[in-house]
Amino acid sequence: MSNSNYVIAKDNDGRSILKFLAGELKPRGKFFTPFNIISIPIMILGLVLIVIRFWKGLGSITNLTQEVPWGLWIGFDVVTGVAFAGGAYVLTFMVYILNMQKYHSIVRITVLNGFLAYVFYAGALLLDLGRPWNVINPIIGNNFGTSSVLFLVAWHFLLYMIAQLIEFSPAVAEWLGARRARKILSGMTIAAVIFGITLSTLHQSGLGALYLMAKDKIHPLWYSEFIPVLFFVSSVFAGLSMVIFEGSISNKVFSDQISDKNQKSHDSIVIGLSKICSVAMFAYFFLQVLVFVHGKRWDLLRTPMGYWYLLEMFGFVLLPMLLFFYSYRRSNIFMIKVAAVLTMLGVILNRLNVTVIGFRWDAAIRYIPTWMELAVTLAVIFTEIWIFRWVINRMPVLRESPEWVKDKE
Amino acid sequence: MTINRRNFFKAVGVTGAALVAGKKLKAEPKPKDRIEFSGVLYDSTRCAGCQTCESSCAEANGLPAPVDKIEAGVVRTTDESHRTVVNAFNSSKGEVYLKKQCMHCNEPACAAACLTQAMYKTKEGAVIWRGEKCMGCRYCMVSCPFDSPKFEYHSSNPKIEKCTMCYSRLTEGKVPACVENCPAGALVFGKRRDLIKEARKRIVENPGQYVDHIYGEHEAGGTGFIYLSAVPFEELGLNTSIQTKSYPELSKGFLYSVPAIFVLWPAILLGIREATKNNHSNVEGNE
Repeated sequence: MSNSNYVIAKDNDGRSILKFLAGELKPRGKFFTPFNIISIPIMILGLVLIVIRFWKGLGSITNLTQEVPWGLWIGFDVVTGVAFAGGAYVLTFMVYILNMQKYHSIVRITVLNGFLAYVFYAGALLLDLGRPWNVINPIIGNNFGTSSVLFLVAWHFLLYMIAQLIEFSPAVAEWLGARRARKILSGMTIAAVIFGITLSTLHQSGLGALYLMAKDKIHPLWYSEFIPVLFFVSSVFAGLSMVIFEGSISNKVFSDQISDKNQKSHDSIVIGLSKICSVAMFAYFFLQVLVFVHGKRWDLLRTPMGYWYLLEMFGFVLLPMLLFFYSYRRSNIFMIKVAAVLTMLGVILNRLNVTVIGFRWDAAIRYIPTWMELAVTLAVIFTEIWIFRWVINRMPVLRESPEWVKDKE
Repeated sequence: MTINRRNFFKAVGVTGAALVAGKKLKAEPKPKDRIEFSGVLYDSTRCAGCQTCESSCAEANGLPAPVDKIEAGVVRTTDESHRTVVNAFNSSKGEVYLKKQCMHCNEPACAAACLTQAMYKTKEGAVIWRGEKCMGCRYCMVSCPFDSPKFEYHSSNPKIEKCTMCYSRLTEGKVPACVENCPAGALVFGKRRDLIKEARKRIVENPGQYVDHIYGEHEAGGTGFIYLSAVPFEELGLNTSIQTKSYPELSKGFLYSVPAIFVLWPAILLGIREATKNNHSNVEGNE
């Protein structure tokens, strides 16, 4: 492997790998952009709050109670964040299993997005742990709690992060100019994809299964034995809506990196995704109706929580589903983006309804997150976007792979 | 690029490992050390609301002594420094007292929820918390239908607090502190099976004094603490609509489907991939 260093040296004006990495770490482009000006203070604030949280305990910055032990950090950061990261397994399924090569140009950015989402949102779980130094216990086998759904979810997060890293690793190898490593790593892609899709199926539904034992605590309109299935099906369109949303932003922000060919095919990709979303949402809506009718919950509809439920189902599932279908037929990119945003709002609403809003809906003292919990959540999201931007500006994610990759093929 | 033998065996190996890991789904002791669960019978008709159980519990477990007195209609709850509380209720038969603490379920939701087995159903029947294993995720609190585990939100080294049936005293051959010190004889410690018989006997021998229901005999699949009362239990603030199936039963179906999906999914995915491959063989080699 002595030549890999040599390759890096040659590719980067004869500098050593350490110098190369040090150079890459430096920020690029204009520093005082609106995004930076907003995000930097919030990230610093978040860091301060995290220090306080570990110093004084969770109660110092959160409103969590003995009745509602999981709040915004689990309900939004982890449960909702992971649903949005579902795009990675759906797209790898489409491209590597169904061979829909049309979508190949957006696989890398989606996998990167998914990987970072898992690292940061599952990482946010560490902030929520009271005794985070014991987090290795379920991994090293210091008593496996195999009867626990959370045990399954924790292991799947870990394994899926590794699978996604392998899926993304050829891009890293291309960035470093490591030709042999790239060859080996890209040979592992299919195994990682198959493993990754299996893991995703199980932990997307597993996040819902976490709440199965909280039967008496979740509002009956949101609790059913089918939560795992509903979570899995909704992760399909949650992930794809995120892909559409993120793609429409990336296409503007990083337009200099995208080749004309990919720029042109992007509209047709979005229209294709729109169709898939509408079908997945139809299946989801149908399931929800079945669960509702099966549970005989008519009497609950004429309560405030019932109206809230109807708003979610009609305003944020049925409406965006019809919008997706309509805009797919009319090839209306703008309306597809509107539908994607509506869908994402609907997924946030649904996950929060199960985990926070409908959880102990009857409690005397309702849990309402503090501004500090919100600030930490925002800080986590901004940090993720910073890393995302850093990677895209350096590695061939949106832009074409270097020439030597193509030469070989 | 294609799925080669090595990748295939890798997938099979992982699947096999998952199968082995997914096998033991219930928090059940091994047959050889299966002994009778112990429990406590609480007869609320004998309870005088003296709070001796509260203070002896605090003393035995090194917790601050309770300061607030019982007041009818005011519901005090257990928290991170009080493992048991007694409340007074204005019921159809006048003022009635009710003690609350962890119920020590036969199949505890908290123990099934715990991914490190920090929450643990001992073979003696007590459900205990083991700090060196706990990572503080609080999934036990989400799962417990009685809201028994409490968390120290204002500590950098937080503990989960709940009644442990004085497990350390049990191992020394003693009975729980609350049982030992109850001056009214409202609490009886013993084998759960015997306690159920005793409770039945009291109901049969004193018609009119008790409602014909032993709370905890079937609730949540059966609990270690069982209650007798003169008035319907809902008047005492107990959840009577609680299911009689055990709570881990609720996620069992999901957990059982995991090994099946782990075996079937990769095979199905590989099959679909092979089936759709020929159309696009020219793009093979793209990662």
